[in-house]
Amino acid sequence: MAHSARRDSPELPDFSILKRLARDQLIYLLEQLPGKKDLFIEADLMSPLDRIANVSTLKQHEVDKLYKVEHKPVISTSDQLCFLIRPRIQTVKWICDVVNTDKVPGKSRRYKIIFTPQKFYACEAVLEEQGIFGDVSIDEWPFYLLPLDDDIISLELPEFFQDNFLAGDQRWVRTAGSALHLLYSLYGPFSKVYGIGRCSKMAYESWREQVEEGEQKARQAEIGNVFLIDRDVDFVTPLCSQIVYEGLVDDIFRIKCGCVEFGPDVTASDKSVKVMLNSHDKVFSEIRNEHFSHVFGFLSQKARNLQTAYDKRQGMDIKQMKTFVSEELKGLKQEHRLLSLHIGASESIMKKKTKQDFQELLKTEHLLLEGFEIRECISYIEEHINRQVSMIESLRLLCLLSITENGLLPKDYRSLKAQYLQSYGVDHLLTFSNLRQLGLLVEQQPGETLTVMESKVGKLVNDKTAGKLTDAFSSLAKKSNFRALSRKLNLVPKTDEEYDLRVPRDMAYIFSGAYIPLSCKLIEQVLERDGWTGLEEVTRLLNGHEFAVTGSSGVDSRGKNDTQRIILVMFLGGCTYSEISALRFLGREKGYKFIVVTTAITNSSRLLEALLDNHV
Amino acid sequence: MTSCDAGCVLPANSFLPFCVDNLNKESLTLYVQMIKSKVDEEDYWHSSKFKAFTFDDEDDELSRLKESRQAVNNIRRLVEEDDDEDDVERVSWSGEPVGSISWSVKETAASSQRADREPAFPKISTDTPSISRSQSGYSLSSLFKGKPKVGNFQTFSDALTDSSVRLYAPELRKPKSEYKDYVSDWSPEETVQRLQQGKAVSLERFRTLQDKLLLLDHAIAAHDGNVITAVLIYLKRTLCKEVLFRELESRQTALRHFIHYLSETQNQRLLLELHRALGKAEDAALLQYKEHLSITDENKRRDFLKNCLSLPFSAEDLAHVQDHYTLLERQIIIEVTDRQAECGGKVEIFQKFPRKALILNMPLITTLYYCCFYHYAEPEGTFSSPLNIRQTFKISEKQYFVTALAARAKLKAWLDVDALFASRNWLGFTRKKSPLSFQRVVDILQKNSAPTHVLQDYVALVDDGELRLTLAQKHKCHDIVISTYRDMKDRQLLLGYRGKVVRGSAEERKIDDLLSNPQIRWKN
Repeated sequence: MAHSARRDSPELPDFSILKRLARDQLIYLLEQLPGKKDLFIEADLMSPLDRIANVSTLKQHEVDKLYKVEHKPVISTSDQLCFLIRPRIQTVKWICDVVNTDKVPGKSRRYKIIFTPQKFYACEAVLEEQGIFGDVSIDEWPFYLLPLDDDIISLELPEFFQDNFLAGDQRWVRTAGSALHLLYSLYGPFSKVYGIGRCSKMAYESWREQVEEGEQKARQAEIGNVFLIDRDVDFVTPLCSQIVYEGLVDDIFRIKCGCVEFGPDVTASDKSVKVMLNSHDKVFSEIRNEHFSHVFGFLSQKARNLQTAYDKRQGMDIKQMKTFVSEELKGLKQEHRLLSLHIGASESIMKKKTKQDFQELLKTEHLLLEGFEIRECISYIEEHINRQVSMIESLRLLCLLSITENGLLPKDYRSLKAQYLQSYGVDHLLTFSNLRQLGLLVEQQPGETLTVMESKVGKLVNDKTAGKLTDAFSSLAKKSNFRALSRKLNLVPKTDEEYDLRVPRDMAYIFSGAYIPLSCKLIEQVLERDGWTGLEEVTRLLNGHEFAVTGSSGVDSRGKNDTQRIILVMFLGGCTYSEISALRFLGREKGYKFIVVTTAITNSSRLLEALLDNHV
Repeated sequence: MTSCDAGCVLPANSFLPFCVDNLNKESLTLYVQMIKSKVDEEDYWHSSKFKAFTFDDEDDELSRLKESRQAVNNIRRLVEEDDDEDDVERVSWSGEPVGSISWSVKETAASSQRADREPAFPKISTDTPSISRSQSGYSLSSLFKGKPKVGNFQTFSDALTDSSVRLYAPELRKPKSEYKDYVSDWSPEETVQRLQQGKAVSLERFRTLQDKLLLLDHAIAAHDGNVITAVLIYLKRTLCKEVLFRELESRQTALRHFIHYLSETQNQRLLLELHRALGKAEDAALLQYKEHLSITDENKRRDFLKNCLSLPFSAEDLAHVQDHYTLLERQIIIEVTDRQAECGGKVEIFQKFPRKALILNMPLITTLYYCCFYHYAEPEGTFSSPLNIRQTFKISEKQYFVTALAARAKLKAWLDVDALFASRNWLGFTRKKSPLSFQRVVDILQKNSAPTHVLQDYVALVDDGELRLTLAQKHKCHDIVISTYRDMKDRQLLLGYRGKVVRGSAEERKIDDLLSNPQIRWKN
């Protein structure tokens, strides 16, 4: 739209090859169990699978019936069962039950488990313990990467977040390394790799080892630089309400694997519609990165244009009409359909947001980000809890308060926690324990205020304390230092200046001009400085783990400027659509093209739901 | 297969979809090209046992499927030809059952393809303390052994990878002594590396405590959670828990993996023991408390919660668990009484507003709301009296107020609502007082569809003039809007507002009266 896009942005590599590769691999695996077979698919693999193959593909390879893994006894009569699953112990246990149940009446079938993207020893140990190791054959389907759009690739591993950051289990580190290695093999060699975060560092190492193990032929690189970032480097951004269209749609309707289901309130009929949201949707691709306040105007303009195009029919002769119908009408109809869907969605969003006093909510968030009127914010949150407004929303605000304030005063913490438990159930004691472990919702320790003071003054904190942070526990539940970071990086623009959302001047536009996402700001700074030089204070506040390395091949491809401007950003633990929008903006401003690789698309609800512990 | 020969310039296994290690763009493009060239070969399709198929919509799909099919076919051929390629690393993708304990025996040839060039990217430090050899010490055998030579195993492993051979245990194929030599050849470092690459390896040779810990430390240093857990499973099996727990205490990364493994395998007993052994009594208490979630019978759940009261929670959490127990106990009593009242059909409120769900296991505030709804006027002595609940659970004034307000408003009991605000000053005048801002009060009332005449009373009490006006306009409290404009002496606004009220209504007349009132000095 109104962006001053740099025209010389390089072209993105073609990622559809990843889909084909994955599909061919799957077909090959299915062929390993010749003959008719029933296929059981893990529930959360259904959508990713849909993106690369369809039922007829499976049928062609002698898959008879398809079932979803539901952890119930199977009713299949087939003598060959194939299980396509994530490497999860509970699923494997269920399979063991299935096999052992068959054994009782002496039923003989062939079983095959296909783990994706890889198997874990712990799963094989379960098979062994249950006495069915050898009765089932095991394969791995290295389906690491699913392109969701031209510039978004997902590992579709939402559990990466809680496994790695909450449980401290590094099982997915190698997976992340392998995913990066796959991209490297197809689109590398990379010139430089930057990163920040413990997991990023480990994933880099894992990838580097895989590079050494394998072979690399000289080839024209299609991706220049790589930036790896841990989700726990920036928890503030994913906890903010999203206001850019795509993010808002995700917050409200939940985009699943690049696809959203619009209910009857959007479609204005009694049916729900599933819509793919990507750059092929001409209407969507123009509004996805826009601030919501901007979207309505755009859509109505578009509707008027459409009307004009339709109106052309009047006064046409037969021949003209024929051309119109054959050449334009289909496109117009398509656009019409999309337009009415997005208008419906926008209306539905408006309705929902006015109902819950979105304005006031945003105001509170902005105050928290700025660090003003914290008392008022606390009583707002308190009322939210008292009125039993959404459990997740209350938790989100509490976490945002804690991170931006570097923890809550003990008295506030106790009172808010007590009220939360009263409103949403004492079971949430476990949730609070999780949040504390992750450092998302903590009490300020006595003497902590002093440390905050010190960090403001600067280098008063001695390096010994920083050194101690390497301990796994403390680095997982680290302090956020948000205020100091915000000042250092100018994350919160001055409030007295008018911010024109139509002509965004920086990435803050995605949050109405109130806040530049920390994650994206770091990326911008490091790319600009070609490393971390000058950001020492920032990395110290982020608890270190930053790196910037150059590959040997980086030198000779210096000349290829275009490739250098293609940047792959890998978020370990998930990223939000708002962050993607911010990076797209940055790309347009600076002439980069960003490819976002993420373990999963996340948002505040998904992030917090992963930490809820009030269920079995 | 001629096109395949061209492809064989590359190691054969780079065509295997599974060798992501070796998969690079060349091999893939070549592989795709190769497939393309084959598409023309019609006789392939005729000879194939599968029939070609068609899609309704896309030809494209068909050709792509053909490609896949051929890819598969090619792969199979390559696999068959594999025997010639001794120097090529093989990956077992066939899923042959590999019989013995701890992934011990399945064997593939060692990678002879180790790149001897400089690593493209440098290694970076990953903060793991370097493994001190003196601390754990190599076992004697590994000290004397030195690096294994890859060639030694070549023939042996070739035999093993032969896909036609079903191999259950190597002991059957090799003399015992030789086998022993063979498995003990891997150093901890190599073992970890092989585990990482998904290659089979035996952990059985790590028998001394030092060896086990050295193996664990190497796994930790490799940052591969899968391998760390694999080693931990082995340690769990071969070490008594006292020793294992002791060693884990100084290895936080491993400890966290172990905890995660135990909770995933639902080994609650061992997990509790571990927490206790490490002096994490509070964690253990929480973990035990969590078990209540899987108890469905409310009486059993209550009894379980009662037992939880003796667990070593922090003082703060103990109070919450105590509340949880008291609440459930009370909910059970209320549920029994109310169910009877509902079935009896004598109590009007249950007839008018049948209960939609059981009150069991609901949060405290929901319970309070329920009691404000069904048991509002009860004397403080009963279990279901809102006042009693407020007392027992020390609910804050504001919280009580919000809940009662919402419940009474839902019932449209406006007199009760009004009474909530009643407060007398020392002169005996009543005035409306609220612990909640009146703006919020209006919001709650409006969400419970309060009529305008009720809303109006509360909108009028909003302090901030501007906000009051906005709310009055939003909720169509015309009187307030009109008198505000009058007080502002703003004729224009009043005129404008005339268009918003119903024609011929009392409001319109009121506006007209004001506009024609000569006593008002309009400012415009």
